[in-house]
Amino acid sequence: MFDNLSGRLQGIFSGLKSKGRLSEADIDAALREVRMALLEADVNYKVVKGFIANCRERCLEAKVMQSLNPSQNVIKVVLDELTALMGSTNTKLILSSRIPNVIMLVGLQGSGKTTAAAKLAYRLKRDGHSPLLVACDVYRPAAADQLQTLGDEIGVKVYRGDGKDPIAIAKTGVRFAIDNLRDVVIIDTAGRLHVDDEMMDEAARIKEATDPDYIFMVLDAMTGQDVVNVAQTFASKVDFDGVIMSKMDGDARGGGALSIRQITGKPIMFISAGEKPQDLEPFYPDRMAKRILGMGDVVGIIERAVEMADQEQAAQQAERMLKDEFTYVDFLDTLKQVKKMGGLSKLLKDLPGGDKALASGQVDEGELDRIEAIINSMTKQERMKPGLINGSRRERIAKGAGVEVYDVNQVIKRFNETRKMMKKMQGMVPQGKPGKGKKGKKGKGGNMRQMMGMMRSMGLDGMDLSKFR
Amino acid sequence: MAWFDKLSRGLSNTRNSFTESMNVLFRRGPKLDENFYDDLEETLILGDMGFQAAEDIVASVRDTARRKALPDAQAVMDLLEDSIAQQFKQAERDPFTDLPSLVLFVGINGAGKTTTVGKLAKIAKDRGDAVLIGSADTFRAAAIEQLDIWGERAGVEIVKRERGADPASVCYDVIQRGEETGAQLILIDTSGRLHTSKDLMRELQKVVNVTRKRSGIPVSVVLVMDATTGQNGLQQAREFNKSLDLDGVIITKLDGTAKGGIAVAVSRELELPIYRIGVGESIDDLQAFDAHEFARALITG
Repeated sequence: MFDNLSGRLQGIFSGLKSKGRLSEADIDAALREVRMALLEADVNYKVVKGFIANCRERCLEAKVMQSLNPSQNVIKVVLDELTALMGSTNTKLILSSRIPNVIMLVGLQGSGKTTAAAKLAYRLKRDGHSPLLVACDVYRPAAADQLQTLGDEIGVKVYRGDGKDPIAIAKTGVRFAIDNLRDVVIIDTAGRLHVDDEMMDEAARIKEATDPDYIFMVLDAMTGQDVVNVAQTFASKVDFDGVIMSKMDGDARGGGALSIRQITGKPIMFISAGEKPQDLEPFYPDRMAKRILGMGDVVGIIERAVEMADQEQAAQQAERMLKDEFTYVDFLDTLKQVKKMGGLSKLLKDLPGGDKALASGQVDEGELDRIEAIINSMTKQERMKPGLINGSRRERIAKGAGVEVYDVNQVIKRFNETRKMMKKMQGMVPQGKPGKGKKGKKGKGGNMRQMMGMMRSMGLDGMDLSKFR
Repeated sequence: MAWFDKLSRGLSNTRNSFTESMNVLFRRGPKLDENFYDDLEETLILGDMGFQAAEDIVASVRDTARRKALPDAQAVMDLLEDSIAQQFKQAERDPFTDLPSLVLFVGINGAGKTTTVGKLAKIAKDRGDAVLIGSADTFRAAAIEQLDIWGERAGVEIVKRERGADPASVCYDVIQRGEETGAQLILIDTSGRLHTSKDLMRELQKVVNVTRKRSGIPVSVVLVMDATTGQNGLQQAREFNKSLDLDGVIITKLDGTAKGGIAVAVSRELELPIYRIGVGESIDDLQAFDAHEFARALITG
């Protein structure tokens, strides 16, 4: 019954694209679909109303109607408005010079505060800070234990105090941080309902006692229309500074992100998308808008790749590629990096049309493991000199990997295609001599090439996913 | 009526504005115009019922109202309440009182599974039933400890293993222990997971299969869903149902301002009964579900 928003809008706009000029009725029809899609994405009813009215006004401007390609312009208007609604630029977390900085997390029960606290601590630690987690949820059974376990896993100290009075714990937690040379304190508070005055007062008192530099509200991406009431109350009672959207790895479109920004004016700071400590990413309104519109978050993928890739290894690989020595070793490295980046489905989801492919079940994560097993069954020589692999070797490789010879042939075929592609790309990229002088710069370029190669070898070029079946 | 009052009180915060406009409508007399029906649709959408469902229901109510020449807004509201209540599938059996019974609790992260298990265990224990709880959430940090504390509070034995253990084997242990002690009601908590995670859904499938196969008493698989969930809730329920063949649903956290309208779509489309609703923090606040009261709370203050 409900298509996802990307698919929906893609459908509408591919209809619009085939038309040259648009009438007012065309625009209304398209906007009706946009409205429906936004409501299904849980954007608040009132926000949708205003949004559609704005878009309509802008779409009807003469320059849109009379332009050569009005449908493109309609897309642009909707995209621009969406981006504007979510705040035009991403808001960075900037810590002050105060020691320690205090960050307090608030939210409803089950929104994901404790998990978000650990992820935030992990991120800060990675960036060279030494955070302290403070467990102020004294109500939910074993909440402090949960934070403790997560803290142990990421190597961040957890302060639990007496486990009774949240305000005292918060206060002494900050003191503890000073005494133990921690520069950031992250306070995890109990989940509370916005209509529970007593608990909301408690949150306000924790705030008063610790004077946080930032208060973040953690919001479940699946939250429905009620997000407006929740956010409004939290904003008026504790005046939070920003939002962490949790459970973004589900297929909820997260329309709440649009509503919350519009209603409270507070920015979305991070999105939390996964079960691992590193699954906390900065929020980029423009990318989110593009993703909603089915234009894909290609920039995000590349950034993730750059973050993950071992710089030196990437540089070496790039050099080898330029010299046309792309081997199975490189192929394997590439596979491993795709896995590191969260697997194929995560990558795909961020690509234009990727949602569709995922939904239709064309992606088999096990495929990566199979390819890896096949390459692992090759000898060192075979990996470096792919030409060596003849019929009997193929049979042996198949046996070693526990697959059919046919599967081995498929991998070889795909490898050869990738190799060919690399060769073509050599012609495209400016041929810098792979010298040792400017290694830093080289490394970066290598990453880009590697990324493109990676996508192609995964069969993502032109979204031809059939290659991957 | 106790929970209805409670529910209404919680809901009244957001509904005030709508009720006011409704009152205006009432005072204006039985004028059933375009605006009236638009307002109804808006209320239902704001209650998370979903655009399509809201449009369908209001259209059919409008149609019937015209055919039956209903006299005023109040009559239309009654009709609307009936129509919504009829969407819900009736439960044929209550897995928490028709014993012996084994219930597996599933759902996404943070829906309130562990708390629900704890409350249900306490209720059954206080009633005098022989209860056993099992902790098959071996993934989330401190989930076992959390359930442990609930077990202590309720005075109910809990079967558990170390964190990271195979959840299906925990269920096996629980059933075995249940047979040894002659437990009449067995409640098993599982770890929260997003319906989009193929691997975790497969894992859960195994847990359910093992339990269904091994258990000598009737097994029910119950989806726990947070009332604040929006339209994604239907997708969630669909996926869980597809993988696990659910028996029913429990809606939690109805004591906020969320109206839980998604429950209508879930119950209607998947033909799943709502077993219980959570309307507050205390144990008594986990209550039996009444379709008419739920519908009324959804549309009026």
